[in-house]
Amino acid sequence: MSLFSNTSVLLGKELRTEFRSRELLTTTVVFILMVVVLFSFTFDPTREESRRFGPGLLWMAFLFAASLMLQPGFLREQTNDTLSALRLSVSDPFAIFLSKLCANTLFLLITELLLLPIFAVLYNVPLLGVVPQLALVLFLGSLGLSVTGTTLSAISAQARMRELLLPLLLLPLLTPLLIASTEATAALFAENPALRWDWLAFLIAFDVIFLTAVWLFGEYLLEE
Amino acid sequence: MTPPEARRIGLRFENIDKRYGGLYALRRISLEIAPGECVAFAGRNGSGKTTLLRIAAQLVRPSAGKLTFSPAQAGASPATKNTGFVAHATMVYDELTAEENLLLFARLLGIPEPAKRVESLLHDVGLFERRDSLVRTFSRGMRQRVAIARALLHEPSVLLLDEPSTGLDPQGANWLAETLWRLHGAGSTILMSLHGESEISALATRGIRLDAGTVVADTQNGANLRSILTFASA
Repeated sequence: MSLFSNTSVLLGKELRTEFRSRELLTTTVVFILMVVVLFSFTFDPTREESRRFGPGLLWMAFLFAASLMLQPGFLREQTNDTLSALRLSVSDPFAIFLSKLCANTLFLLITELLLLPIFAVLYNVPLLGVVPQLALVLFLGSLGLSVTGTTLSAISAQARMRELLLPLLLLPLLTPLLIASTEATAALFAENPALRWDWLAFLIAFDVIFLTAVWLFGEYLLEE
Repeated sequence: MTPPEARRIGLRFENIDKRYGGLYALRRISLEIAPGECVAFAGRNGSGKTTLLRIAAQLVRPSAGKLTFSPAQAGASPATKNTGFVAHATMVYDELTAEENLLLFARLLGIPEPAKRVESLLHDVGLFERRDSLVRTFSRGMRQRVAIARALLHEPSVLLLDEPSTGLDPQGANWLAETLWRLHGAGSTILMSLHGESEISALATRGIRLDAGTVVADTQNGANLRSILTFASA
């Protein structure tokens, strides 16, 4: 079976188990909604203030969501040693990683989709005019979060103190990605919204480099 | 599916060591397993049986030494070497039904007409009536039946069984013994770790006892084989 068909079968499994339990989505959505709502009450932001700190707040919320969401990805596979069963069944172990990456990116985008209208209302930021550009930035940023997080989740799942290890490794690695995503989002929230291609190019490069590295060395991540 | 007799596979362990930190789980294991052989590994808890089976499944990389397959291309990747593995853990998803679990692995293994194969296996393991129930609602024995069905989906030519009758009732153990007899007859190589004599141990043509990660006895003689297995359970 090809990498693509293995990945699609495994992605189906990821979606089925998540939509059946709604464990990750419920926890994450509730958590980041609380962050955004609490901040809006604390600052009572004007449109100008929201334009300044809104992008940072938004990406901080996405980072929290990602760290909550990514941890269980490979931990779940350890409960009944299902990761071993998958390794014995797929023709290319990268399919296991790729399916988790697709699922995590999708769950993160769903969370962002639910959060954005609430953010726009609470922070008085008009988003309607920049939806396609914002969608592109969110997609590239979320893909970067997922690639890095899924990789580190595979590494940390086999380690002791795994709950501590993932954020410890994740945060420094994600700093450049978060800066680029925040800057690109800030340019879209400005009085005269613009798509910053320099930051966008950085996001694309980040995603491509990490994805290639995982494709090349991913097999070792899954070994005991 | 290729029938097992068309792809008989042997294994060769050459000076295998496995260390976890400073602790040796296996030390200088050298074994030649002929295609179609049925080997029972016995030994006390912690003697290295599980580690040896996981190395045979290529789930664990040895710290030193080499595992080779004959024919050579058989070990190219886990899927192509047609390994079925029943471990201590069930290796199935609690949040999926028995049928969904088996269909998932059947599709990953590229089994033609997966639904038919799954239906037939569910009948065989006596879980057809419960096929739509989530595995987490099953008893230990029922989970073990799903685990065995998963390992047998592709009629593997190398079958690795780590205490496979754990949790099985007498009917389940009989079914497993019959299935293993059939697969062995068709040419599958079987490596299993056992505690004591059972319907399944009668299948073994060779017994190997491990102690502290080393082979301390290796026999093909019927009486000695029985003593190896019963010693392990003593």
